Formats: sequence, C-alpha cells, structure tokens
Amino acid sequence: MTANDKGGLTARYFDLHEHDHPEGGSTMLGFWIYLMSDCLIFAMLFAAYGVLGGNYAAGPGPKDLFDLKLIALNTAMLLFSSITYGFAMLEMEKNKVGSTQMWLFITLLFGGAFLSIELYEFSHLIHEGAGPQRSAFLSAFFTLVGTHGLHVTFGSIWLITLMVQVARKGLIQSNKRRLMCLSLFWHFLDVIWIGVFTFVYLMGMLR
Amino acid sequence: MRDYLIGFFLSVVLTAIPFWLVMNDVIADKGTTAVIIMVFAAVQVVVHMIYFLHMNGKAEGGWTLMAMLFTILLVVIVLVGSMWVMYHLNTNMMPVHQMPSFG
Repeated sequence: MTANDKGGLTARYFDLHEHDHPEGGSTMLGFWIYLMSDCLIFAMLFAAYGVLGGNYAAGPGPKDLFDLKLIALNTAMLLFSSITYGFAMLEMEKNKVGSTQMWLFITLLFGGAFLSIELYEFSHLIHEGAGPQRSAFLSAFFTLVGTHGLHVTFGSIWLITLMVQVARKGLIQSNKRRLMCLSLFWHFLDVIWIGVFTFVYLMGMLR
Repeated sequence: MRDYLIGFFLSVVLTAIPFWLVMNDVIADKGTTAVIIMVFAAVQVVVHMIYFLHMNGKAEGGWTLMAMLFTILLVVIVLVGSMWVMYHLNTNMMPVHQMPSFG
C-alpha cells in the first residue's frame, strides 16, 4: 500500500496510516463510557446508603418518613418520561421536527413533574425535622436521592437546550447525535431510579 | 415502536408487583419479600437495557457491552465489599458497653 508497509516490523504492529475521523464518529461510545463512570458514582452512594441506612441516631426511620404512594407516582412519572422520549426518538428517525418537539416537550413535562414531587417530598421531610443533618441515614438518603434528582435537573436543562437547537437548526446530523446522547442519559437515569425505589424506599419499608 | 411498548409494558408490571408486595404486606416474611423485589429490580434493569437503551453485543464493535460488564463488576465489588466489611465491623468491633448512648 504505502511506503510504511515495506515489510517493516513497525508497520506490521502499529497502525501508521492517517484515518478520517468523521465528526462525532466516536461520540456514542465516549458518552456510554461517561455513563458507566456515572454509574460508579451512584454505586458509591448506594454503598454509603447501604452501610449507613440503619443509623437513625434515635431519629425517624424509613417507615415514619416515606410515603410509598407518592414514590409510586414519582416512579410512574419517570417511566412515562422514558417512553415519551423513546417516541421522540422514533419521530426523529422519520425526520419529523414538529412531532419530535412535541414528544420532547411531553418528556420535559413528566421530568418536571418528577422533580416537583421529589422537591415536595424533600421539603416535607425537612419541615418535619428530618433534614440531611438529622442522622447518618438521612444524610445518605438525601445525598443519594438528591444526586439522582440533580441529574434529572441537568437532563431537563439539556432537553430544553436541545429543543431550542432543533427549533433553530432543525434535525441536522449533529442535533440527532445530541438527542441520542440525551436519550441514553435519560434512560440511564430511569435505570438508576429502579435501584433507588427498590433499595431505598421499598427495602426501607421492610426494615 | 414495538420495542418501546414491550419495554414499557414489562416495566410497568415489574414496578407494580414490588410496590404491591410491599404496600399490602403480601408475604409475611420480610427477608423473602426483600429478595423477591431485588430480583424484580434486576430483571427490570435488564429490560431497560435491552428495550430502552438498545444494548446488544454488536453496537460499537462490542465495546459498549465490554464497558458495561466491567462497570457491573466494579459495582458488585463496591456494594458487596462495603456491606460485608461494614457489617462485620459493626457486629465485631463495637462492644456494647462502649456504644455511644443516644439522648
């Protein structure tokens, strides 16, 4: 092929050719690896909650604080937002700007509902004197659930940004790639929430 | 479309059953309930991975799957290791008479 290939060992073991790297060609893999590292952050927080979750410091425990009906509603909000985001992706594949934007907006509403319910729950807990400084259990609880909520918040900001981008530039290749990254992020947050409602809320009620 | 609907339907079922089990105290033994809801959570995570995140062994030449398997290994080490070590510290290292008394 080229001069480098003339039987030299270097050329046999190393790739010396220049390659064309199309814009965004490795974004999806890179973003996936970011999500995996994010997963490790949550693993640490879950581990901290697992270790400290029983240390109430004579304060209130999960049974006194958690309202499973509220959590079920919250879970439903996040699950609905997951499928509406999926619908947005399907419309994006068909290059339909209007319906993509509509589904993205519905996703945003469900995400907003989730956050509102979570903030209501947090303010309720703090109002009852069960704030993060009350016991190791509550510190670990607020850190874990709060970090997840913060992710949803930033996901929502990202979603609004992309809606503006799509409105201005349409469904160009870069915007599609961005929407696909956010899709991974959004579904990933739903996966983390499965861990939260099982490990924190449902198991908490069983303690 | 079909994938998302299947995933959604399975997720609803896999979420509703654990909530029902815990909210109505269906099974008397708490340990059994805990194991069952953890199995449901694990299955639902796999459902999400397949139907929502479209995981398979072929995407990006298998590297996404590889990265995920490595992450799962680390997560298991972190979770099991922490719980195991700290449980034994709690039960073995703190004599009752030295326990701090709570007001």
